[in-house]
Amino acid sequence: MSTVGPPAAEPARDWPLWEVFVRARRGLSHVHVGSLHAADSAMALQHARDLYTRRSEGVSLWVVRAADIVAASPDEHDAYFDPAGDKVYRHPTFYDVPEGVEHL
Amino acid sequence: MPESGRVGPSSASSAARTIGYRGGMYGTDFGPEGEPAETGPDPEEFLALIAGEGRVEPRDAMPAEYRSTLVRQIAQHAHSEVIGMQPEGNWISRAPSLLRKAILMAKVQDEAGHGLYLYAAAETLGVDRADLVEQLQAGQQRYSSIFTYPTLTWADVGAIGWLVDGAAITNQIPLTRCSYGPYARAMVRICKEESFHQRQGFQILWTLQHGTTAQQQMAQDAVDRFWWPALMMFGPPDAESPHTRQSMAWGIKRVTNDDLRQRFIDMTVPQATQLGVTLPDPQLRWNDERGHFDHGPIDFSELYDVLRTGGQCGTDRIAHHVAAHEEGAWVRAAATAYAAKRAAPASGRGEVA
Repeated sequence: MSTVGPPAAEPARDWPLWEVFVRARRGLSHVHVGSLHAADSAMALQHARDLYTRRSEGVSLWVVRAADIVAASPDEHDAYFDPAGDKVYRHPTFYDVPEGVEHL
Repeated sequence: MPESGRVGPSSASSAARTIGYRGGMYGTDFGPEGEPAETGPDPEEFLALIAGEGRVEPRDAMPAEYRSTLVRQIAQHAHSEVIGMQPEGNWISRAPSLLRKAILMAKVQDEAGHGLYLYAAAETLGVDRADLVEQLQAGQQRYSSIFTYPTLTWADVGAIGWLVDGAAITNQIPLTRCSYGPYARAMVRICKEESFHQRQGFQILWTLQHGTTAQQQMAQDAVDRFWWPALMMFGPPDAESPHTRQSMAWGIKRVTNDDLRQRFIDMTVPQATQLGVTLPDPQLRWNDERGHFDHGPIDFSELYDVLRTGGQCGTDRIAHHVAAHEEGAWVRAAATAYAAKRAAPASGRGEVA
């Protein structure tokens, strides 16, 4: 009674999500452009090429599994980024330059 | 068992098969697992953001209705792009030259791409693409009424590019300023790509208009059939549009249906003159006082009929989509199995080739 049938386990309803980053041209960094579903990294790259660079938008592609990205929570953004708020002396505009002083 | 919210082989529980926020992270924004952002009535931060013309991002707190309105609109938009491949795909094998065929394939491929950008944008709101596709196939979510019309001649491909994509562009340009970041970003990309679509359609009609009498008649016939349906793509008149007011207040919609329709008419009438085709509305004329073209009454009962019955091709469109989806099931299963096999440790035992 050995017949070849469909796999016993129901296949996943969709492939994992990947985030896509494109370097538009040499000299620029990779920038996030969107996401896509793919079964593995090779397919993710192939789909990224077909989906996000149909008009020569890039010279290099990164794909990263969305689940592997770690990010700060937006709920904590205020507290999280607060420490930078009161350190105005980190900006050159904080300092008064005496009249006549140049190239500073 | 808390829903993990990750899209992966184990994440699809039947409980998750409903449209709604699941507290997961999807595309374009990330954060630790946990409680979904507040979705209560109008969180203050959200209102301040909207008032200041700021952009809402996926993990921001937002009213539940803002979220569900966006899911409905973006999903419908995505479905339209995908179903929209069918009327044009109908002519790929019969395009009159190799160049026309290559152009049409590129255009249809773009439509697939637009569908994917939009499904990805919808997923940032916490829904699964698989659920949206299921709802399309079950008739629970709509796609644009325009794609229920058949493409009878090659000139229809021209009329679709010129009028249908022209109307779509008119509708989509203000959406690049939509308050929801991922949707707006997808629209920027889509608008860039659409302008080739409209021009290739215009060029098809232009070529026919410079051909034989039979070709000119074919062009005119296509314009006659697509003009009114193209005007209805903007939706019901403002007075009968149930969502417009709230969507405008939330910055989802920037221009009303009637204003967009007028904008499209004003752009298109001079182009028709240059093409040498007659738009099938004897009341179309320039109104100096208004600074717009006046037009005859639009018979919206046709739109409501199409929405109710699925129009001439509605059943076929969905049946075709279901068939294509089912015929591709073995490819998806094979790719999944291959990925799983490659991911398994090489020394693992019990692996069956």
